[in-house]
Amino acid sequence: VPLFPRAFFWLVSLLLASLIWFISVHLSDREDARLQYGLLIFGAAVSVLLQEAFRFAYFKLLKKADEGLALISEDGRSPISLRQMAYVSGLSFGIISGVFSVINILADSIGPGVVGIHGDSPYYFITSAFLTMALVLLHTFWGVIFFDACERRRYWRLGLVVATHLLTSGLTFLNPWYEASLVPIFIITFLMGLWAFITAGGSFRNILKCLSCK
Amino acid sequence: MITFMNNSDSEEEPCNERTSLMSAESPPVPSYQDGLQASEAGEAQAHRRRAGGGCNPNNPAGGERSDSGVPVRESTSDNEEEELTLKYGAKHVIMLFVPVTLCMIVVVATIKSVRFYTEKNGQLIYTPFSEDTPSVGQRLLNSVLNTLIMISVIVLMTVFLVLLYKYRCYKFIHGWLILSSLMLLFLFTYIYLGEVLKTYNVAMDYPTLFLVIWNFGAVGMICIHWKGPLQLQQAYLIMISALMALVFIKYLPEWSAWVILGAISIYDLMAVLCPKGPLRMLVETAQERNEPIFPALIYSSAMIWTVGMAKPDTASRGPRQQRWDAAEDGRRNHRSPSHADSQPSETSPGPARPITSVEELEEEERGVKLGLGDFIFYSVLVGKAAATASGDWNTTLACFVAILIGLCLTLLLLAVFKKALPALPISITFGLVFYFSTDNLVRPFMDTLASHQLYI
Repeated sequence: VPLFPRAFFWLVSLLLASLIWFISVHLSDREDARLQYGLLIFGAAVSVLLQEAFRFAYFKLLKKADEGLALISEDGRSPISLRQMAYVSGLSFGIISGVFSVINILADSIGPGVVGIHGDSPYYFITSAFLTMALVLLHTFWGVIFFDACERRRYWRLGLVVATHLLTSGLTFLNPWYEASLVPIFIITFLMGLWAFITAGGSFRNILKCLSCK
Repeated sequence: MITFMNNSDSEEEPCNERTSLMSAESPPVPSYQDGLQASEAGEAQAHRRRAGGGCNPNNPAGGERSDSGVPVRESTSDNEEEELTLKYGAKHVIMLFVPVTLCMIVVVATIKSVRFYTEKNGQLIYTPFSEDTPSVGQRLLNSVLNTLIMISVIVLMTVFLVLLYKYRCYKFIHGWLILSSLMLLFLFTYIYLGEVLKTYNVAMDYPTLFLVIWNFGAVGMICIHWKGPLQLQQAYLIMISALMALVFIKYLPEWSAWVILGAISIYDLMAVLCPKGPLRMLVETAQERNEPIFPALIYSSAMIWTVGMAKPDTASRGPRQQRWDAAEDGRRNHRSPSHADSQPSETSPGPARPITSVEELEEEERGVKLGLGDFIFYSVLVGKAAATASGDWNTTLACFVAILIGLCLTLLLLAVFKKALPALPISITFGLVFYFSTDNLVRPFMDTLASHQLYI
């Protein structure tokens, strides 16, 4: 189960992005709040781009390993299909990303405290939960679409994945105006889900067949 | 390698246990061994899986030996062998992930909930220099000195162990090991249980406590040193590794702990790979004699072959071994049903076959062996990250992933090189790198993002 190498790649990308952000913060003026906020946006954008770059690197690595396995296997085909690898890769990316985002919030939610006592939104926890869920699903879908696009060399799809990732991350900047951020993000999640489903070969007929078999 | 010191003093001088990573090998393929780490108290931790009847399988010299002893199967399909190795490799990776993860979970859960293990109540006698000095340079110097003392103690113990093993002082080794596991199983468990009960404010009377601890300890001794169900033995080994790691986390001062971790991995690398390294000599001596080593300090992921495990009784195992050698191929085939086509390539003698079927029932599946010391140090790393990092869970998670990836890579190298490899260096390096970078770089980034509720 190649779950962990993926998480490792995500961690490395996060590390590099934080390094860049850290350096930029230290080189700049600490007092200027607007500048800090701008740097944060810059850091987030860099992180998104690095994540996608590492996803691509992981794809290349998997291709090589897949070819190697196919060479030495008995019937010339690899034991795991590329679709499965795409799914697992996207899922593990999503899991590690979601866990990193939410685990501190979870740990804090056990302790004594009042949400939003300083004037922030009182819905912090529940919206964090929904956002994390959307993010995990999105990463899974992006993984499937990304691998398929790389496999078939349809690079405009790649660009679209990166663009939606940036868009999603940018939408979270609109928090705590939750109507503007949560709703579009869920719409994007749903659309991505449909796209990934179609990319993976599913169709309406498949769904009917699956339901009727039961 | 840390050895068990049977000091009857207070818990400030705990026994250290370290074992190395050894993999069980399948004789036909040159052994799959993981690094051997210092065996602790005398016992040759390298519980090598010779179980296979001491087939002289494995081990660094395994390649040559198996050629001479067993009909060579490498002549037939290299590809099949490679694929088998990879398949075994993937399975072994998973078989090792679970216990390492469990051990870490136990340690982290304890650290986070029981306050006792994060309080500073003195130091080990092996790390005499205190870290309470005001200046950074002095603190660094003290931690380096602590590390030097600790490592030299470990080296001494390892060399002592190797000498004991070389001169066949088995009773001494056996006694030493029994005493150290006695102490772990009874004393440390008692303290641990006491602290956990204190944390959750649960009242327990002494008779119940003694009954529980007596049962736990007695069953543990039997399971580890004699025979027992595999899962129970694995569970006990995980528990004593976790207990040992907790003791380290409590009693090693901060900076010393990090420097010690780094130094231990360097030492491990040298001890296993250098030709005159103590661990390597231990492995080779054990291989030459075709003896099973004392079991207690190696975690084996496969079924333990319980016959002849407790006594290094070479005489009684002599005839068995020969049969095993011949039946090796048969066994191997038995284990890999997908490679039935390689059966004709086996040239094991015909009459050996009927014996093979009986032997096969007793034989344990080839698995990977990991020394307990590896468990302990991985858990020390993750536990220290959980205890001292201000980034809390992110840092702990990052270290956890880093260690597992290191383990993966080590197993991959094992599959490629097919000899005993040290399990510590890669994982500990990754773990240390990730700990420091996550704590200092990623944490402020993620905290700032989280405070604005931004997701990346």
